Amino acid sequence: MRRRSRAWPTAAALLLAVTAAVGCAPSAQTITITIHYSAFDASQLTVPRGVPITFVLVNQDPIDHEWLLGDETFHDAHRTGTHERHDGLPTEVSLPALETVETTITFDEPGTLAYVCHLPQHESYGMVGELSVEG
Amino acid sequence: MRRPWLSLVAATAALLIIAAPTLACGGLIGPNGAVNLLRTTTFAGYTDGVEHYVTSFEFAGGGGAFGSITPLPDVPTDVVRGGDWTLQRLIRETDPIVDEAFAASDAGGEGAREAEVLLETTIDALDITILRGGGDEVGLWAKNHGFRLPPDSPEVLDFYADRSPIFMAAAFDADAAAARGQALGDGTPVHLTIPTDNPWVPLRILGLGKAPGELVEADVYLLTDREPALLPNAGAFAEGEGLILDHSASATKSLLSDLRSDVGMEWVPDAAWLTKIVVSSNAGELDFDLAIDASGAGRPSAIDAGYAPFGNSSAPRAPIALYLLLAAVAVIAVPMLLDRSGRGASRTRPLAGA
Repeated sequence: MRRRSRAWPTAAALLLAVTAAVGCAPSAQTITITIHYSAFDASQLTVPRGVPITFVLVNQDPIDHEWLLGDETFHDAHRTGTHERHDGLPTEVSLPALETVETTITFDEPGTLAYVCHLPQHESYGMVGELSVEG
Repeated sequence: MRRPWLSLVAATAALLIIAAPTLACGGLIGPNGAVNLLRTTTFAGYTDGVEHYVTSFEFAGGGGAFGSITPLPDVPTDVVRGGDWTLQRLIRETDPIVDEAFAASDAGGEGAREAEVLLETTIDALDITILRGGGDEVGLWAKNHGFRLPPDSPEVLDFYADRSPIFMAAAFDADAAAARGQALGDGTPVHLTIPTDNPWVPLRILGLGKAPGELVEADVYLLTDREPALLPNAGAFAEGEGLILDHSASATKSLLSDLRSDVGMEWVPDAAWLTKIVVSSNAGELDFDLAIDASGAGRPSAIDAGYAPFGNSSAPRAPIALYLLLAAVAVIAVPMLLDRSGRGASRTRPLAGA
């Protein structure tokens, strides 16, 4: 009995917390972008602000690619960058040949960004996409 | 009995590349992303069901390493150093302006899916590997062995692998060439012996890594037992498509005799038809190959020309294929070890990467 009386308040509190979290937090989204023949299958995306977005990046090519997301200043820097790989930042992803990589990003500000592969010749070949953050 | 076929030649792109500055690989992609290919000449002859493919890899100076990948119509039984003057003699035959002695010859996680290595050999400063596999497998092998393929390579490799899953990868070490005393313009001829019943000449690969508006130039010599029928525009190339029928006539006795006297060229028949095709096209328009029917039937294949959809790479070839010929194509790539070094030569801001 006593034991039960202590458990009920705890359970109720947990239930309330979970309910509150589910009710208030924006739900996460998943977007899959496939690369085939050095082209993104989605060249225009729109996502909401403040929501965790998981990008599933599928490289179907036997060559390496990159998925670098940012504004024009960001891309200007990467066009002349020399980093061999991109690891650690969710907006800078190296995609080895025939592999799939996931990255999760929450966008705090509305605006328009671009995702580009900056390996030599890849951008001019068309590996460019636009991402709009709404809200 | 000698089959009435032909030989052909595919001129190719893969051949050479202007060596790039120090850390860049001089292959397909230069330090600034540009592709620098020298005009090249290739020869292919087909007789008695065997194709003889001769091409040359030219030392163009600079350092580092670069390479090429050439689609082949079938598995070669032999890959050796080619004769010294075959290509030069062919040029002399169709271009009388040349008055130099031809004998001087100055021209010059992934392992599971990698392509199968069928043959490896070294010729001078060239490491030659014959591969069997689909586009992904060959691309992966190339990537894992230091080649950096351009962005159009996945599609182009599939384009060829669907017809023939055999490729030749050639890695050229410019430093080794220099150490061997090779001078600028010196070529290393390579002669492949390829039993095949389905030869064709790859042209599309000549534009690999090039921007759509960039010019592709190459000379393709074919030596066949009779005048071949060709597609596109069989027998009458349209200049609008970037192919020019520059020479088409019975091969002279002196040419055949000279060719036969070169190393490994004893197979050259006593009578043959010589065809020279000049490729001069924007890369974006060169989306086809050269189909050849030297059987006399006059029906070059639309599939071999790249006009018709292909089956998958595991599908058996159409038994109808009475064509001949071979293929040569090249792609170039840059050794992976030097991969980012090459990029570094043109990228001055290590900050943000890429």
